[in-house]
Amino acid sequence: MKIHEYQGKELFRKFGVVTPRGFACFSVEEALEAAKKLGGSVWVVKAQIHAGGRGKGGGVKVAKSLDEVRAKAKQILGMQLVTHQTGPGGQKVRRLLVEEGADIKKELYIGMVVDRVTQRAALMASSEGGMDIEEVAAHTPEKIHKVFIDPATGLSEAQAEEVSRKIGVPGAALKESARLLQALYRCFDETDASLAEINPLIITRQDKVVALDAKLNFDDNALFRHPDIVAMRDLDEEDPLEIEASKYDLNYISLDGAIGCMVNGAGLAMATMDTIKLFGGSPANFLDVGGGATAEKVTAAFKIMLSNPKVKAILVNIFGGIMKCDTIAAGVVAAAREVKLSVPLVVRMKGTNEDLGKKILKDSGLPIISADNMADAAKKIVAAIAKKKKPKKKPKKKIVARKKK
Amino acid sequence: MSILINKNTRVVTQGITGKTGQFHTQTSRAYANGKHCYVAGVNPKKAGENFEGIPIFGSVKEAKAQTGVNTSVIYVPPPFAAAAIWEAVEADLDLVICITEGIPVRDMVVLRDRMRTEKRRSLLVGPNCPGVITPGEIKIGIMPGHIHKKGRVGVVSRSGTLTYEAVGQLTELGIGQSTAVGIGGDPVNGVKHIDILKLFNDDPGTDAVIMIGEIGGSDEETAAQWVKGNMKKPVVGFIAGVTAPPGKRMGHAGAIISGGKGTAQEKLSVMESCGIRVTKNPAEMGRLLKSALR
Repeated sequence: MKIHEYQGKELFRKFGVVTPRGFACFSVEEALEAAKKLGGSVWVVKAQIHAGGRGKGGGVKVAKSLDEVRAKAKQILGMQLVTHQTGPGGQKVRRLLVEEGADIKKELYIGMVVDRVTQRAALMASSEGGMDIEEVAAHTPEKIHKVFIDPATGLSEAQAEEVSRKIGVPGAALKESARLLQALYRCFDETDASLAEINPLIITRQDKVVALDAKLNFDDNALFRHPDIVAMRDLDEEDPLEIEASKYDLNYISLDGAIGCMVNGAGLAMATMDTIKLFGGSPANFLDVGGGATAEKVTAAFKIMLSNPKVKAILVNIFGGIMKCDTIAAGVVAAAREVKLSVPLVVRMKGTNEDLGKKILKDSGLPIISADNMADAAKKIVAAIAKKKKPKKKPKKKIVARKKK
Repeated sequence: MSILINKNTRVVTQGITGKTGQFHTQTSRAYANGKHCYVAGVNPKKAGENFEGIPIFGSVKEAKAQTGVNTSVIYVPPPFAAAAIWEAVEADLDLVICITEGIPVRDMVVLRDRMRTEKRRSLLVGPNCPGVITPGEIKIGIMPGHIHKKGRVGVVSRSGTLTYEAVGQLTELGIGQSTAVGIGGDPVNGVKHIDILKLFNDDPGTDAVIMIGEIGGSDEETAAQWVKGNMKKPVVGFIAGVTAPPGKRMGHAGAIISGGKGTAQEKLSVMESCGIRVTKNPAEMGRLLKSALR
């Protein structure tokens, strides 16, 4: 789960990670109020969306008077902010963070994730703050310093000081920097975060250490013990289809292609998408129906796939183990009827009660195309779309009518 | 022959009284030698009772003392699963197979650290995995037993249904399996591809291995490097997720391309350069292995 920068900073402050003072705002008036409350003569108006790259996209502006605060807030609030992470459509800005300006001497980078190899939290620090860290990692990997943290003892003061020194924190700010990093680790650990990032962490002209940005992602599997974090969820930032899918315990992710896929199991779902691509098609989504696909679940899955206007055909690939093929087949037939399916449907079923499942599909009278294996299914669905493009009549109805006789 | 488990393995089921635990204990017990293998269950609140004749004990330690179990399978719900694994490790079992999906990563980090610092010898398979099966002898986990066939090909995979897919293709071609191991799709887990490949390499009952991976992490690359210098048997491979976009978690918590690392293409290239024959067509896994056998 992701949260906004201002929410991340609230959590940071709870753990003792120093941030600029600031207020979340939902209107231009609130932004102006916030600037007045903060005082001073320089403010930063920051668009609050979950995607990164906000600065480059024009979502972060410095204001040097209250009039400018008003103008910038008006400009940013409600805009479709396009960054390299939002896609070409961008994301609508509904919230702002208005902060006091900072007197920057040095910009640094701090990140924290769980490292799979050492199976420990890893602190990554670099002198190259404010930059795209993936670029730094690719071109000057020696500028990224890593510390693997012992879960039993946490990040020690000595470790935190050493890494601070390595990335160029001046001597006068070392103690403060170490304290901030230790606080960041406690925040990461105690909130079950999967990612914590401060880009940039700044050293001010007064040698203060301040987190100018805050990015926190959380382990979905641990949210059950963090109701306060769940309350921070902003549904406006999530794909409505993905939200709908999660209600039915379906694992759905929108993609750009034309073929909707419904598969059981995450690995098999990815493999199905890959096979479609291999045979010249493109998947419209990732959809794992999981272990217990009922007719209700399959119907919901069909509705979700079809609400994507790009979907031109649907491929169902099920390896029945615990879940039986006849159950799935009944679900597919019921779903196809309920949604009055008008796009080609290819079904590949394998495993427990396979023959029974195939018979149910065949006897349904629906124009379901059956496939023997994954490659066959992919070929057939690509062919079905190609065929549908040519004659603009209604080939489907004819088939139904013929079968009824 | 086989790896990890065989007909002499004795299993305790942790979470035997839950719905999932009950169902899979029934099907596993009905498979091959299961009736002799499944000898104990654990539930501290139901000690002294039994599940369809399988005695329930208050702890794994007690189950071990009373029945001599050497392996545990875990169906305990996610919030309590890491503690359940630790209980089995502390009881010094040879093998702990955790099926549970959705365990918080932090719980696994703490658990794995404790296993290392205390130098515990128990092998952990999973979590979030289908389990392990030695066809014709014993099935521990949630995989459909009937698609398997006794034989001499090893299978190791991070994904459940994709493992079934590979096994199904092999069986259809008349090729049996020595052992099929699902190592699970979580970022912090127990045994990895490399550990299972080492076991298959040393197993006189295994002639070749199918290794199935997916996007995220670098375990497949590490295993491939080891194969290059050490593996005496042919290995073929498939990696799922060529079409997966970066930054999106594809179902499994561990299946995510982050920072441009862990792409399927990168894994496939490394595997190929290490002498592993790979396919981009998952429908061809069985046939690829067949061609490698000659």
